[in-house]
Amino acid sequence: MGAEFVALSLPPILIGTLAAIACALPGNFLLLRRQALIGDAISHVVLPGIVLAFLVTGLVAAWPMMLGAGAAALVSVLLIETIRRLGRIEPGAAMGVVFTTMFAAGVLLLEQSDTSGVHLDVQHALYGNLESLIWLEATGWDSLWDAQALAALPPELPRIALTLLVVAGAVLLFWRPLVLSTFDEGFARTLGLPVRAIGVGLVGLAAMAAVAAFDAVGSIIVIAMFICPPAAARLMTDRLGAQIWWSIGFAILSAVLGYMLAGYGPLWLGGAHALSAAGMIACISGVILLLAALFGPCRAPAGLRRG
Amino acid sequence: MKIDSTRPKAHAPVVAGMPAADTPPSPLEINGLTVSYGDTPAVNDVSVAFRSGAMTAIIGPNGAGKSTLLKSALGIVAPLSGQVTCWGRPLARQRHRIAYVPQRAAIDWEFPARALDVVLMGMYRELGLLRRVRAPHLARAMSCLARVGMEDFADRQIGRLSGGQQQRVFLARALAQGADLYMLDEPLAGVDAATERAIIAVLKQIVAEGGTVIAVHHDLATVPGYFDRVFLMNAHAIAEGPVATAFSRENLDLAYGGRLAPDPAGAAGARDAL
Repeated sequence: MGAEFVALSLPPILIGTLAAIACALPGNFLLLRRQALIGDAISHVVLPGIVLAFLVTGLVAAWPMMLGAGAAALVSVLLIETIRRLGRIEPGAAMGVVFTTMFAAGVLLLEQSDTSGVHLDVQHALYGNLESLIWLEATGWDSLWDAQALAALPPELPRIALTLLVVAGAVLLFWRPLVLSTFDEGFARTLGLPVRAIGVGLVGLAAMAAVAAFDAVGSIIVIAMFICPPAAARLMTDRLGAQIWWSIGFAILSAVLGYMLAGYGPLWLGGAHALSAAGMIACISGVILLLAALFGPCRAPAGLRRG
Repeated sequence: MKIDSTRPKAHAPVVAGMPAADTPPSPLEINGLTVSYGDTPAVNDVSVAFRSGAMTAIIGPNGAGKSTLLKSALGIVAPLSGQVTCWGRPLARQRHRIAYVPQRAAIDWEFPARALDVVLMGMYRELGLLRRVRAPHLARAMSCLARVGMEDFADRQIGRLSGGQQQRVFLARALAQGADLYMLDEPLAGVDAATERAIIAVLKQIVAEGGTVIAVHHDLATVPGYFDRVFLMNAHAIAEGPVATAFSRENLDLAYGGRLAPDPAGAAGARDAL
């Protein structure tokens, strides 16, 4: 594994890994707040967002699409709140209604618009194009120190790296308010913490991660990474800090192992075609969750619950 | 918070004995507070001034709005109208002097936190966003746990504690806040006898050191033994005063709608019989 690996496999593995971590980080808090479905909702509604952005600008460019996706995520969060309040429907159901409807609207929009000439379709939305994020200028490991070659890296890589940096920075900086308002909202309010703003901020971070990751890896991975690594991590430890590190480890493991298995697994087994990397990464994260549920040291709910 | 001055005060509390001129300002004074979930008011135009340096029980039947009164006084639940002052100033400027212990049922006990982590949350004001938890913080958190007899359980995940132990950990968190006013929502609900004794001992110690305790309480039989003063309510305020006078048959009948067993011996007898 030399030049070929660096050019063809390293960038998608890195992008997949960074995307997985960016989603898993806010996923930990969404899970503890019983809001895990928000990640699911956001990653679905970005489809109508990017289609609209394409219709408005006529371009398949990253920034308009990310703006469109961000706007769609915002609209969906507002819709969910409105339906929940007006219809007095439980949050899970409100989310389910909003994201399926908006995703379906996105599919219809896509059908009606002339996107045949561009790389924009439902398939792309679902499982991205991880395998196509290659680095043709790379001639081997030395290219990692070659500025000229580095400049030709797929633009998704710096984008997702920047997103991860922002998400991780925000989680670190606001760690205590996040933990406090997630654990005991009433108490957090008595301290004068802006509980609602913290909740909105967390959803905003999740939306940012989802939109940036969606661009590179598609919604399947995004949905899986919001839930599976944090849920598996919770089963490994009873401490939140440790849970975050476990979830990062599981996200990395899913991305690397999933990509390798999708790319090389079928060949080892004598098959001719590689499998979808996004699909395999999501599956691996599911298998990790299953194993954690079966063998994790902290899986048994505390026995003395609620006195 | 808006003051609804047009509304007549239909249920002015019966205050037993005017406070003397040198009485310290009330740590929690509520004026015309109304809170509503949906159509019916849970707290209806309640005005009450809790006495500084006392241990006051808030009592009333289920659904009387006791928890809601506590939560809206602390700004956890938004009231429709009314005003709250603490030591004569707006709540927002006195938050650092107030500790709150929520109802045990309001907590997610599966949360990945140890008893010690919960107590450290009480030090948020000192620690802020980024200050590191250092040895003095840990030592103080451990001493708070020790005051409630929980020092041996510092590393235990909170869901793996008994109900009484959980309640003690939350009292330790309140102690770590170093407050002057402690507001507790049903601190003795569903706890074992040893925990009940431990919690009451700590609360009495707080009052002995000059602090103020206000607790929602459900067990009428223990009111005279545990508390100095009592505030009776049933959506509206009924009475506030020393246990000896305000905890009377008449007031209990008003609060509970005569649903307590009749007792011809009168107020004192009612207290003993309960």
